Amino acid sequence: MTPTLPGIQLAAVDGAVPAWRAEVDAAGWRTACEAAHRAGGRLAALWASDERDRQRGFSVRVLLVLYEGLVCLELPISADRPTYPHLSDLFACAGRMHRAAFDLMGVQAVAPDGRAPDARRWLRHGAWSAEEFPLRRDFARTSTAPAGDDYAFVRVEGEGVHEIPVGPVHAGTIEPGHFRFSIVGEKVLRLEERLGYKHKGIEKRFESMTLEDGARLAGRVSGDSTVAFAWAYAMALESLSGTRPSERALLLRALLLERERILNHLGDLGYLGNDCSLAFGFAQFWRVKEDVLRANSRLFGHRYLMDRIVPGGVDCDVDASAANALNEEALRLKDELRTLRSIYYNHAGLQDRCVTTGRLLPGTAARLGVVGLAARASGHAMDARVHPGFAPYEKLQPRLVSHRNGDVAARIVVRFEEAFESLRLQRVILRNLADGALRVPLGPAREGAFGIGWVEGWRGEVLIALEAGADGRIRRCHPHDPSWQNWPALEHAVIGNIVPDFPLVNKSFNLSYSGADL
Amino acid sequence: MRKILFQIARTGTISEPAPSPDAALRQISGRLSDDVLKRLGRALAIRHVDAGSCNGCELEIHAANSPYYNLEGLGIKFVASPRHADLLLVTGPVSRNMEEALRRTYEATPEPKLVVAIGDCGCDGGVFGESYASCGRVANVIPVDVAVPGCPPSPVAILQGILTAVASLGR
Repeated sequence: MTPTLPGIQLAAVDGAVPAWRAEVDAAGWRTACEAAHRAGGRLAALWASDERDRQRGFSVRVLLVLYEGLVCLELPISADRPTYPHLSDLFACAGRMHRAAFDLMGVQAVAPDGRAPDARRWLRHGAWSAEEFPLRRDFARTSTAPAGDDYAFVRVEGEGVHEIPVGPVHAGTIEPGHFRFSIVGEKVLRLEERLGYKHKGIEKRFESMTLEDGARLAGRVSGDSTVAFAWAYAMALESLSGTRPSERALLLRALLLERERILNHLGDLGYLGNDCSLAFGFAQFWRVKEDVLRANSRLFGHRYLMDRIVPGGVDCDVDASAANALNEEALRLKDELRTLRSIYYNHAGLQDRCVTTGRLLPGTAARLGVVGLAARASGHAMDARVHPGFAPYEKLQPRLVSHRNGDVAARIVVRFEEAFESLRLQRVILRNLADGALRVPLGPAREGAFGIGWVEGWRGEVLIALEAGADGRIRRCHPHDPSWQNWPALEHAVIGNIVPDFPLVNKSFNLSYSGADL
Repeated sequence: MRKILFQIARTGTISEPAPSPDAALRQISGRLSDDVLKRLGRALAIRHVDAGSCNGCELEIHAANSPYYNLEGLGIKFVASPRHADLLLVTGPVSRNMEEALRRTYEATPEPKLVVAIGDCGCDGGVFGESYASCGRVANVIPVDVAVPGCPPSPVAILQGILTAVASLGR
């Protein structure tokens, strides 16, 4: 069923997920997004492309998730005056995406008064100058000297208020980013994040690669979600080349994705225990996680399943003895998880630290456009796996897990229950594995063809928008991690909590820096 | 409490023996005297710095802290500040936005100090290479004693890299 947006003719995008696209003008851009917002739609991603080589200026694209599926709107803007109407009043999560699009492409989102709602830079720190835009096709970096890096944090003033700057190098084995806390006593009044430290030019790198080689880079946008990104990339490439992977390959992909979910949930549950001073939890969960990693290495050839999903299918298989091993592992794991769940749920110290800590209320989550695990723990029923038309999940009937409290404890519960559900799905997948080619050859990718990939990774929805260039090369690839939407939610969840609880709250979201810094 | 104790007893001791040092991983040698290395090898404080990785190497550094590898039993401990560290464990290609932070972390680490670069990206820039936003390998920014390849390298490989850095290797 094609969604209806006022005055817009949507054309279907071929592929594994229901998706449509349309070119709009500035007025249509706003009215369509307003209509999508009214209909309960979400903004999934926003990015810009350089189309000057086609004499079409620049183009800004927004990907919306509606009830019916995905809608990609493209707004051509003039190269002489590269501004476009902002969307951050409708979708708060657009704010940082607008800023990133400006830093990389020099296209400015503006409010009706002609001014940018937030003109501060985001991904550009000092590595290139304000007059240069790396994703423009004629970009040639002229200076390597980092400029001074002053950034206008929002100041909180009042009696007894002071600031704690943290990062970019953090005190544990974590990715780099800067957190600026404004506190009074122990209480957090405000947290402001400054990210972008890991920006390593992934989108530009894609443009130097062939469509097939891009899969390897996609699998390294965020290492902890390598399966989700590799699948989304393969889905996008298959979408633009009219390729249909076999049923067997799709089921194996789902198996890998569920194993990635299990791995990450186990690791997070261990660290959440650790952050509550329950070192027992860390030791137990990381022992169990290591068992799964070793099984992955034995059965699939890689501990984190990197590069096992390839365009056209998969680069691994499960035979009868492997299926047996997986089923036996699942039984053991279920037993271990039951024991550990009962210990976590009944441990007074852990419950005391987690219940009501770091609450993200359902209303705030909706306003910020929060997705994935964090949204489900705040009362929202959303999961791309249960979206109609998402093969092969349609047949697997996954059960969506959610919780209404929105606190650290709720995110622990969702992780436990999702791990159990993934184990159940694994069993269903193994039972239903049909014969079929592991990998089919890709169809022709004509220049300008456009494809979308959309996968529910363990953290939330992972997106890839891919456009083919000449000779099987990538013209533009935009990978999108759910952390874009969820980082601002952390700023809200921590308000009113004490500073020592921040690591716990942060871990309960466990967002990717690499995935959002690109 | 009873359940926790029962689970600990049921799990038992699962630690595995440590790998041997591998001279092939060395980038530079002879920086520190055998005497210093011998002391560090008994109580080594490590500061991890992510200089721009995809976070895959971090997963394996976490995994190296699992009970299977018994790091603390080998005298190895991760610390929260470079000022407490003997060795920096650096992951990722160094993003230009992290270049300065990595240099400052290196400068904040007291002498004698060692640097181990982790992963294909740390060794040669990996899939990200050198670009407007990436300085490539760690050695392009700070001196590296030992480099451990892999995408990501396994906990055993990481451990081997660390032990190689503090081994005197018959010099």
